[in-house]
Amino acid sequence: MSAPEIVVIGCSWGGLKALRRILSGLPEDFPAAIAVAQHRDARSSEGLPAAIQSATSLEIRDVIDKEPIVAGRVYLAPPDYHLLVEPGSFALSTEGAVMFARPSVDVLFESAAVSYGEAVVAVVLTGANEDGAAGARAVKDHGGSVVVQDPRTAERGEMPRAALATTDPDAVLALDDIAAFLTNVCTVSTGGN
Amino acid sequence: MRTDHLEELELDLLLEGIYRRYGYDFRQYARGSLRRRVERRVQDERVGSVTALTDKILRDPAAMDRLVYELSINVTAMFRDPTFYQAFRDKVVPLLRTYPFIRIWNAGCSTGEETFSLAILLHENGLYERTRIYATDMNDRVLARAAEGTFPLDKMRGYTENYIRAGGQKAFSEYYSTTLGGAKFHSSLTDNVVFAQHNLASDRAFNEFNVVMCRNVMIYFDRELQEHVHGLFHDSLVNFGILALGRKETLQLSAYEDRYEEIDRMERIYRKVS
Repeated sequence: MSAPEIVVIGCSWGGLKALRRILSGLPEDFPAAIAVAQHRDARSSEGLPAAIQSATSLEIRDVIDKEPIVAGRVYLAPPDYHLLVEPGSFALSTEGAVMFARPSVDVLFESAAVSYGEAVVAVVLTGANEDGAAGARAVKDHGGSVVVQDPRTAERGEMPRAALATTDPDAVLALDDIAAFLTNVCTVSTGGN
Repeated sequence: MRTDHLEELELDLLLEGIYRRYGYDFRQYARGSLRRRVERRVQDERVGSVTALTDKILRDPAAMDRLVYELSINVTAMFRDPTFYQAFRDKVVPLLRTYPFIRIWNAGCSTGEETFSLAILLHENGLYERTRIYATDMNDRVLARAAEGTFPLDKMRGYTENYIRAGGQKAFSEYYSTTLGGAKFHSSLTDNVVFAQHNLASDRAFNEFNVVMCRNVMIYFDRELQEHVHGLFHDSLVNFGILALGRKETLQLSAYEDRYEEIDRMERIYRKVS
């Protein structure tokens, strides 16, 4: 099995808090890239990167089209765009909303699955809809791993529950345990410490 | 890193077949979004696979039309990114005032939301009368929709908010009439607009422009094709001409970066300097 190269995270309602919790638990030399689709309002979320940055020393930014994917950085889907993973870089799209969402978690997960296969770890966090369920399934189908936040520890459990209904995840974890898990799977298999 | 080889091969064969049969070149489109749209055609055409879609498209030009249409639709809004239009008014309009006649290329105009927004902005700043906007797209069906200038009524509330935040000076509803088919924008707004078919991937420069506006179109292209299109735009701009890209597009990845200066960094408005 190849080492995970990219962690894709989907979250909605309550996602900001959950993201901050996870990122604050990751080491500053985290060895994979992290891409996040957080449902966000096109009008009022310019400050999202800054709001998360204070939780971590990893560099956080809204993605610019065709930006290269670099390990140890955190990339956010910009408001009102879908974020797609291509081999080695990101792409953006203004295709229609998927399940009322743009960015869509499914679009991020599915494109990562096709481009990175088993080197993908997908994480489904808190949210009040079913986005991410189909994408988590695609990640599994392409040999990647799926982690779902334990719905009982989620501010809203609908999104994790929907993912659990379509996918047999590699782990169902309390929010507080996700950072350590990601650090382990991404570090151990690269042969690092 | 890896790709799923069989899926990739099927897509390659479809694009190669389309290019050789119809001359449309999608081979340098970014794969993620292209793949999603092709998958949608696979479903809607009720064929079982990309290979079966290839078979159908090669024999049925109507199926090809439907694919090109699918690839031409981008869901945007009038005055999307109101701050862009503010910046355009504050920083570009004063430059345009110095020209007796203004030519603008709205490249990849799709269904026309951006073209109408631009026409309204120029009108409110007294420049529309001496402007000609060339609104182009590769697909004649979306161009026909753009030229029609009718947009869904349920969008008008959001568009009105955008218009106000963009610094619009009137009641937005003055620009359209409510019809059964939707909000029909006044035809005077298209008096100085030329809608024409142009394919950025394969067609050449066709005029000299003071402004090239191409927002959220090149995001569907790979880096190589983007670079080709930057060459096309550079050739098409007069000296000190303006290039306007989408908010999340950058010249920084391009060799043309040095040929422009930034007019507004945040809104991706550039000026050709060499």
